[in-house]
Amino acid sequence: MTEYRIKGETGEWEVVIGLEVHAQITTNAKLFSGAATAFGAEPNTQVSLVDAAMPGMLPVPNRECIRQAVRTGMAIEAQINKYSRFDRKNYFYADLPQGYQISQLYHPIVGEGSITVEADEKAGIPAPKVIGVERIHVEQDAGKLMHDQHPTMSYVDLNRSGVALMEIVSKPDMRSPAEAGAYVRKLRAILRYVGSCDGNMEEGSMRADVNVSVRKPGDEFGTRTETKNVNSVRFVMAVIEGEAKRQVELIESGGTVVQETRLYDPDRNETRSMRSKEDAHDYRYFPDPDLLPLELDDAFLAECRDSLPELPDAKRGRYLALGISPYNADVLTAEVEAARWFDTLLEVGLDTGAKPATAANWVTSELFGALNRMGRDLTDSPVSPAQAAELLGLVADGTISGTIAKAVFEKMLESGDGAGVIVERDGLKQTSDTGAIEAEIAKILTANADKVAQYKGGKEALFGFFVGQTMKAMQGKANPQVVNELLKKALG
Amino acid sequence: MTDLTNLTVAQIRDGHRAGDFSAVEVAEAFSANVAGAKALNAFIVETPDHALAAAKTADADRAAGTLKPLSGVPIGMKDLFCTNGVQTTAASHMLEGFIPRYESTVSQKLWDAGAGMLGKLNLDQFAMGSSNETSYFGNVISPWKRKDGGNAALAPGGSSGGSSTAIAARLCPAATGTDTGGSIRQPAAFTGISGIKPTYGRCSRWGIVAFASSLDQAGPMARDVRDCAIMLENMAGFDPKDATSLDMAVPNWEAALSSDLKGKTVGIPKEYRLEGIDPDIDAMWDAGIAMLKDAGAAVVEISLPHTKYALPAYYIIAPAEASSNLARYDGVRYGLRDLPDGAGLQDMYAATRADGFGPEVKRRIMIGTYVLSAGFYDAYYTQAQKVRTLIARDFEAAFGMCDVILAPTAPSAAFGLGEKMADPLAMYLNDVFAVPASLAGLPAMSVPAALNREGLPLGLQIIGKAFDEQGVLNAGLAIEERAGFTARAEKWW
Amino acid sequence: MTIDQATVRKIASLARIAISDAEAAAMEGELNGILGWVEQLGEVDVTGVEPMTAVIPNTLRLRDDVIDADPLTGGGRRDDVLANAPAAMHGFFGVPKVIE
Ligand SMILES: [Mg+2]
Ligand SMILES: [Zn+2]
Repeated sequence: MTEYRIKGETGEWEVVIGLEVHAQITTNAKLFSGAATAFGAEPNTQVSLVDAAMPGMLPVPNRECIRQAVRTGMAIEAQINKYSRFDRKNYFYADLPQGYQISQLYHPIVGEGSITVEADEKAGIPAPKVIGVERIHVEQDAGKLMHDQHPTMSYVDLNRSGVALMEIVSKPDMRSPAEAGAYVRKLRAILRYVGSCDGNMEEGSMRADVNVSVRKPGDEFGTRTETKNVNSVRFVMAVIEGEAKRQVELIESGGTVVQETRLYDPDRNETRSMRSKEDAHDYRYFPDPDLLPLELDDAFLAECRDSLPELPDAKRGRYLALGISPYNADVLTAEVEAARWFDTLLEVGLDTGAKPATAANWVTSELFGALNRMGRDLTDSPVSPAQAAELLGLVADGTISGTIAKAVFEKMLESGDGAGVIVERDGLKQTSDTGAIEAEIAKILTANADKVAQYKGGKEALFGFFVGQTMKAMQGKANPQVVNELLKKALG
Repeated sequence: MTDLTNLTVAQIRDGHRAGDFSAVEVAEAFSANVAGAKALNAFIVETPDHALAAAKTADADRAAGTLKPLSGVPIGMKDLFCTNGVQTTAASHMLEGFIPRYESTVSQKLWDAGAGMLGKLNLDQFAMGSSNETSYFGNVISPWKRKDGGNAALAPGGSSGGSSTAIAARLCPAATGTDTGGSIRQPAAFTGISGIKPTYGRCSRWGIVAFASSLDQAGPMARDVRDCAIMLENMAGFDPKDATSLDMAVPNWEAALSSDLKGKTVGIPKEYRLEGIDPDIDAMWDAGIAMLKDAGAAVVEISLPHTKYALPAYYIIAPAEASSNLARYDGVRYGLRDLPDGAGLQDMYAATRADGFGPEVKRRIMIGTYVLSAGFYDAYYTQAQKVRTLIARDFEAAFGMCDVILAPTAPSAAFGLGEKMADPLAMYLNDVFAVPASLAGLPAMSVPAALNREGLPLGLQIIGKAFDEQGVLNAGLAIEERAGFTARAEKWW
Repeated sequence: MTIDQATVRKIASLARIAISDAEAAAMEGELNGILGWVEQLGEVDVTGVEPMTAVIPNTLRLRDDVIDADPLTGGGRRDDVLANAPAAMHGFFGVPKVIE
């Protein structure tokens, strides 16, 4: 067992990690107002009177936000609460126009569920691990403060104010940076499959509050710190690593960890205490009197369930059952776009005879390689699933060899023509014409009499040399199986 | 020609329709009264142009045959309703100079119905008060005087004291009010006019400066029951912008007015017989019971056992909600900003809020903050909301035995300005009869029923079942017809 | 439960209301008076009673996910949003510099 341990002066320490992920719910309009949510708009142009908390303004919830939170909960097999409520979290800050955030404390919409991260030996995850999810609640995002535009003033942009978030709260079940990283990646994949969040971490659509504590293995939980708004998987892992080390050093040098909010500085790769939020810990939560209890009926829940797509775990299982390797299954299910593209290929491939495992190999090596070279991804692949299926079909039915397929693929990328057209036009069809092959074999064996002797003398590895020479002479178009058979016969 | 400012809403509407006078004449007459009544301090902003423009439209609509329900009727607007392009202050320094770029749903409905606005009416600051003494813009002074030879300035009630005074002094025929714990009914009672708080959710809260969201309800104030019905029809209605708005059709309350109470039962809550209460109040109540019997109703005694706890529950729930609702007044996006030299953001908040809020508002924010704070939430807030459930159940049980409930509106007649300001608790007790119906979200109205021995008006309160504004209005009408209340304040301003 | 001046100051700080010592002293008495009076609620037996959530039976309505369906609650009105701002600067609200 390769457990993650921090080696301190007093022995080994275990790190305990819980994550609160804020995921922006993919909607057109905000949680409680009709203002748009699109990223990158001019400051304060996507702000309604409601979002600016003008006097007398009231919240009315967006059905789609509720629906997506419920679907997300269903996707992690969580308890869906037919009765939930919105509460106000009261504190003063310039990015919080109402002076409170509408959130859900006492009765969240989604209860306990779980997310399974796959084994990843290299990363120190020897077996799949189930990470508990405590709850998912729906809440408003805050606005944005800009500090570097003016010498004495900060600027407030409320475009994000009121955008719907899901806060997905994990249990403190993770024990290494790698597990936390895998959890965030898996969660992101699920959200993107469900369509409830675009998972775009650079644009802030997903941010994690990272709760870290350390303890001697077997001890009670230690005091945790919460590092806010960490916006990439890499940073999440870096925060855990750094914060665990800081805490161990602090404890071992006689200090104590204080429960506090910290901020991550990616440039220095370190966290520091956020003093500005220190005195704001009495949030005075109470049910928002502007909003009645949220009660979901069976029809609503049924639609949420029926509209869920096949999720990563199910898809991965299906791929494995099709004989696809675990590695390829992981790669192909990691991103929903790739999985959708590959599913189409499988579907069309049924008609052309393309084999799922071969198709998976081809996609993860040939296609991804080509896309990589071109700096593109599957969403703008120059080759459609149908075109790929045609190519793989030609290999499967013996029309062309695997070697020729590579060349055909290159020509497809260059010309945009279909595989069949290229094979026909360039005369690349594989031949099983034994007469032509035998004639070439005879020439080769004559020209390499010494090697024939060595082979017969026991140097069987030379067989491959004869195959290569034959294929070369046939310009790659000979059926490799036929070549093998004829060579064996000729070499006696 | 008769003095147009003595006409009721119905008389103005019908007279205008009949061509007896023009809407412009009406608007000008009331605007003149407004301009001549500065001593009452009922208005924070006067808007004669708004009233005049609506009047011109009304006159044109009459010519074109496209009259609307309130064409030709100028009204007063409590300065808690946001009005597009017209300063809206909630009578606070905090919002002095605030000019909304939007119109509250209720005021918009009134303009859509043809009404015009004479001005924005003074009130207790953020609607917190029962005497109009907490306004940043000075006290409203009741037009009424005691018949004791003295000249004491009296409270017009609160928080809708500008509305009550303006109507009683004939500065407008009707006005909007809001009622969180009696703020329509108590000022109506103090000034000898009528006012109804409808069922919670009947009138949209969108665009009304919030005090306590689960209690706030807009309603009309006017000289009589019919006018209240007409106004309410044009204020109420479903609003998708308010999540607590009732998705129900607005009944034709005016058309269904009837003072025949045969087959109806009136409940008299025994817990409202307070010991040591002003005998004039008790006498008025007994007279009211007799009037309803005379109108054909049966009378039964009922019990509302948790009445005693309504006021303390209210003074936890309302301040708690207010402490949160008023957090948005922070000097960032609108309103007052106090930025002492070298102050940071949090200092700016503290300075702005210290300067912008008056003492009563601060007191309630402090109480609300305390009862919601860590360790006290359950003992205070949750307990109060449970008691609120019990109070609502009391009413439910009582309405198993009766159709409406009759009680005094307030425990006393209008008191003198300054008499109760020193003791917040004494002031709070003024709403002892009004608050229970607020906590239960029920429709309730006050109608003038008698003068006390000092010559000051007293009001009777009718509380109805949820959604039964009609029952409340009809019982009110039965009292109005029998009480024959015609007294009015003698003009001294 | 009585509250002292330190508590008064703590509440004032939570509520972001600056108060002087004299105000804190005056408020101590007033708040104790009011809180002492509301504490009579403790007498009420509320066993099995749910706290009030919706005073009139009504369920939460949800709206459709449409941008600017009603201009009154939609975006794209920066001028209106900034119209009353004490310090509107380059399309932003200006506040004294915040150090995080
Ligand atoms: Mg958090
Ligand atoms: Zn959150």
